[in-house]
Amino acid sequence: MTELAIETHGLVKVFGKERAVDGVDLAIERGGIHGFLGPNGAGKTTCIRMLATLLRPDAGTATVLGHDVIHAADEVRSLVSLTGQFASVDGDLTGRENLRLIGKLFGYSGPQALKRADELLGAFGLDDAADRQVKKYSGGMRRRIDIAASIVVTPELLFLDEPTTGLDPRSRNEVWDIIRAMVGSGTTVMLTTQYLDEADQLADRISVIDRGKIIAEGTSSELKASVGSGSLHVRVMHRADRPAAKAILERELGVEVVEMVDPQGLTAAVEASGPVTRALTALEGASVELAQFALGQPTLDEVFLALTGHPAEESTDEEVAA
Amino acid sequence: MSTPTDTTTAPPKEEKAPQASAIVSALASTERPQRPGPLSTSLTFGWRALLKIKHVPEQLFDVTAFPIIMTLMFTVLFGGALAGSTEDYVQFFLPGIMVQSLIMITMYTGHTLRTDIEKGVFDRFRSLPIWRPSALVGMLLGDTVRFTIAAIVTAVVGLFLGWRPGGGFAGVTLGVLLILVFAFSLGWIWTFLSLLLRSANSIMGVSMMIITPITFGSNIFVDPSTMPGWLQAWVEVNPVSHLVTSVRDLMGGTPVGSSLPLALLWSAGLVAVFGTLTMWKYRDPR
Repeated sequence: MTELAIETHGLVKVFGKERAVDGVDLAIERGGIHGFLGPNGAGKTTCIRMLATLLRPDAGTATVLGHDVIHAADEVRSLVSLTGQFASVDGDLTGRENLRLIGKLFGYSGPQALKRADELLGAFGLDDAADRQVKKYSGGMRRRIDIAASIVVTPELLFLDEPTTGLDPRSRNEVWDIIRAMVGSGTTVMLTTQYLDEADQLADRISVIDRGKIIAEGTSSELKASVGSGSLHVRVMHRADRPAAKAILERELGVEVVEMVDPQGLTAAVEASGPVTRALTALEGASVELAQFALGQPTLDEVFLALTGHPAEESTDEEVAA
Repeated sequence: MSTPTDTTTAPPKEEKAPQASAIVSALASTERPQRPGPLSTSLTFGWRALLKIKHVPEQLFDVTAFPIIMTLMFTVLFGGALAGSTEDYVQFFLPGIMVQSLIMITMYTGHTLRTDIEKGVFDRFRSLPIWRPSALVGMLLGDTVRFTIAAIVTAVVGLFLGWRPGGGFAGVTLGVLLILVFAFSLGWIWTFLSLLLRSANSIMGVSMMIITPITFGSNIFVDPSTMPGWLQAWVEVNPVSHLVTSVRDLMGGTPVGSSLPLALLWSAGLVAVFGTLTMWKYRDPR
């Protein structure tokens, strides 16, 4: 029971000259959602494929739920499930047939497999589409049937490889709800994503991967804290008030206040919320009207920039163009 | 239960949302069925192949139109020149053209597998705790159904052209079975190629380079005694020649010679060599 869900030491996978995964060490505990965050081509999928026994590592070791991925691959396969980046169901078959197929491959009898398929189709809101070919499904439905196929037999560990890539916001929220529901029932989820807000929303702990290496690990808050303190954004109601507001904030906060491109905006790095409260009171005392103010931790975008030296988005675009 | 609706014209209905509580209860059933055996999983994959035929019946086009064209074309084209008449030639030629048609159709196996791999559905199969070759064995078993259809079509066309097999129904059936065994074994070459090569087109190209010499350089079309010595030597060792000779004997009702065990031996050898190579590559494709 005490063994980790995933443990790797110096995991390496080389494709030609490129070290897609370059010495990854992971120690992921059971339960909850572990986020694997990185831009396209960072090595997330390659790592997941090695852990799901689909690729053999070139060096290093990996154990999943206490079983070695090379020497006990069959045990690993019976405990984990994978939802790939591309729909890993058969587009020519109907939704129901796909789930029956997986059920039978797990050893259910014909009627049992059918019963399980119908149960899952209902749970995932796909009963109306059950007899339609999967290739005629919408993107969101395809994702759902894909996840349903992954839990025909409840896995102890579920790999979700970019589960919301290419989905509209509504379908994305549905997939998020599904993932949260699954974790509630005790399944460990390992989720790869290139969306910072997705990792922020879902993951208990996050490993940041870039160019085949883990560059940071921790909770979302820890990652943000490691980059620096929070920040205060203030927007005054009238442009003319900005110099006055800047002076008051600098006096109360004791730090440099930066004028933003927005002619009404000001921003400052702050260590604690106490001085902020005082500063806002002082602004009100000086009759400086505020349009809005926000105090928050740095976004994961800022975190990524600080950790890698390049923004996540830029690298994503390069990869897509390549 | 639900009435099928015309999905191509009807506007998509408002999609239902997933039910979190139902998902949790579905996950809560941690019952694990008994792990199925290799035969069971292979047959399940065979069932998948049949479902695909049901949904995409166009894939039966090659196994129906192709044998008709091949049989008609070669019999009518060569019959008069080679044997005096179409009717005489078809007695000699029909078992051979059946072999040729079925061997050519086996190429599509590699094409289908490559498409599967590219679509990602193979990742799912490979991540299941099942006997690993079963996905491929099942696929080839499903193809056997297509091959059988092609054999029946060829036989019917032959009967129309005046083919009267001396072996009767039993002899023809045994002959077809032998071709199916060989076609299943040959299929492992294509599965290996499709794991080795990266595009469906290159698989077709390489397959043609293999199929052309083993079918045309055989005793399918003519008696090899008129061929130059070097070609006769090739025809002698070509497994397709042994297959054709045995099928002719079985269907013609004449005693089978050493060709039959040789054809079976070749089949076993193909499975042993290319089956192993396929499974070695299957571990780590792409």
